[in-house]
Amino acid sequence: MTAAPTTALDERTIAHLRRRAARRHVAARIGLYAAAVTAALVCAGPFLWSGITAFKQDTDLYQRDNNPFIYNVNPTGEHVSYLFTDTAFATFAWNTLWVGLLVVAITLFLGLPAAYSLARLNRPWSGPLGIAIFFVYLVPPTLLFISLSRVVGVLGLQDSTWSLVLIYPTITIPVSVWLLIGFLKAIPKDIEEQAMVDGYSRLGAFVRTVVPLVFPGVVAVVVFAFTLAASEFIYALAFVSPTSEKVISTGVPTELVRGDVFFWQSLQASTVLVAVPIAFVFNLFLERFIAGFTMGAVKG
Amino acid sequence: MAQATLERADVETGRRARPRFADRDGLLAWVFLLPSVVYIIALVAVPFFLAIAFSFSDVTTGNPSFNWAGLRNYQRIFGDPVFWQSLKNTLVYTGIAMALIVVLGKVLANILVANFRGKWIVRFLVLLPWTTPVALSAIAWLWLLDSIFSPIDWVLREFGFIQGNMYWLGKPNLAMASVIAVYTWRTLPLAAVIIMAGLVAIPKDIVEAAAVDGAGFWRRMFEVTIPFTLPVIAVAALFGAVITFTDMTVVYLLTGGGPTHSTQVLASWAFIKGIEGGDLAQGAAVALFLFPLLLAAVIAILTAVRRMEVS
Repeated sequence: MTAAPTTALDERTIAHLRRRAARRHVAARIGLYAAAVTAALVCAGPFLWSGITAFKQDTDLYQRDNNPFIYNVNPTGEHVSYLFTDTAFATFAWNTLWVGLLVVAITLFLGLPAAYSLARLNRPWSGPLGIAIFFVYLVPPTLLFISLSRVVGVLGLQDSTWSLVLIYPTITIPVSVWLLIGFLKAIPKDIEEQAMVDGYSRLGAFVRTVVPLVFPGVVAVVVFAFTLAASEFIYALAFVSPTSEKVISTGVPTELVRGDVFFWQSLQASTVLVAVPIAFVFNLFLERFIAGFTMGAVKG
Repeated sequence: MAQATLERADVETGRRARPRFADRDGLLAWVFLLPSVVYIIALVAVPFFLAIAFSFSDVTTGNPSFNWAGLRNYQRIFGDPVFWQSLKNTLVYTGIAMALIVVLGKVLANILVANFRGKWIVRFLVLLPWTTPVALSAIAWLWLLDSIFSPIDWVLREFGFIQGNMYWLGKPNLAMASVIAVYTWRTLPLAAVIIMAGLVAIPKDIVEAAAVDGAGFWRRMFEVTIPFTLPVIAVAALFGAVITFTDMTVVYLLTGGGPTHSTQVLASWAFIKGIEGGDLAQGAAVALFLFPLLLAAVIAILTAVRRMEVS
């Protein structure tokens, strides 16, 4: 090697190796793109199909041998507008929205101080209690809905959307506390200590320095908690039956299916209309959410 | 000087009279924590014990008075073949779904942490199944698996694999497979996101060192990435198993437990008995049967977490 600098053979070998590395690189890239496209199609495929269905005319839809992926008859928007004019879809959406927002507010109001207490105030019981709160997540709605339906009845909230506002925080608080502990631990202690040296009380330091700094984490928790509240099905089904009080999760499958008659196009339209905005917002905060999970899990 | 600053701060926060309270960490820790603890005790712990009480009573929606019934509910459940069918289905459902979710979730997480163009849109599309309320995505699937107009059947017919229809939700084994597939599809994104968190936390230099040493993709995968993310994956898998174990939404909406209870799981059976049938006592007894198995999972998770903290 050293005796004969760059012989013809060496050059050829190097060129060959380089080409092979380049080929491998290209193959890896193609593989990656193929995998990404496949994943996206598998995950979003049903929604794509829903989107196509939503604009189909009955004569097109209910023909077994029509190609289901194209419009054999002109598309129509009537089933989408039906959703808004003839069903309570707008009411369901509004109920889901305000229930979700109130649940998020309750979750933060109770969960943020609890997380701070567990993350920072160093009581001997902090560790075990933190784990205990997290394990509440493991006592699922399926175990509780029967007795809770009685509790809800006793409180006079049966058939009222407010029952969901009351019950959903039991699902969102444990997860949120866990995530918030992660975010709080990522804030350097010095900042609060500095604030306390400057004359703030512990409470003052929490309100003035910690809350603003943990804000990005709070946003991630808000999105996560809202998604959980919007997805919940069992409690909503068990507690609330009047149409005007229902949320999207129960309203759409129960009100747009009348006996054996499925309003397929309108059902599919509602799925897409709800799915897209939530996924969009969630995606915006995905990185933060991952960061929160890492901090909570790894440095627990 | 210090005194002056302190007073100013107290005036600002409006807590002049109670600086000592606000500075006592121990008291503050309780005050901060108590509301959450009370909330959860009132609406999780109390209903939980109420459910246990229900299961030993004869409470129905029609007759809500509480009468002691001893073990009669449990006897009736154990004598019911549907219960044993549901238990078996629950175990099959959880086992297969979790295996698929962990393996595919790892693959999906690896795709999503890679760098490529259009990553944002791929992530958005991949998140859809999980962020959409499960009731709505189940409806999308109900139409996708329709007995007559299923586009999957149409494609299979075009290729000449089948003549008529598959009746995805109409045949016992096929219905079970469909329910598992839909549940896996829905939960996969969450698993991928959690595993991504584990992947992101792997120290970069270790992976790079392995690459410099000539370890190829698969070798890095099996000797660096997987061992490092295993604790996160294990905890996520156990949690996932608990959630899968107690899920009823997909089953309830797709098949209602049918055909003839072949996809019935304990959770959906408890709902059908307790809420739709109005027999709160029996519903509670069926639901409670989930608990010993959940407890086993909790112990497993605790052990895993402990081991993680040690290493």
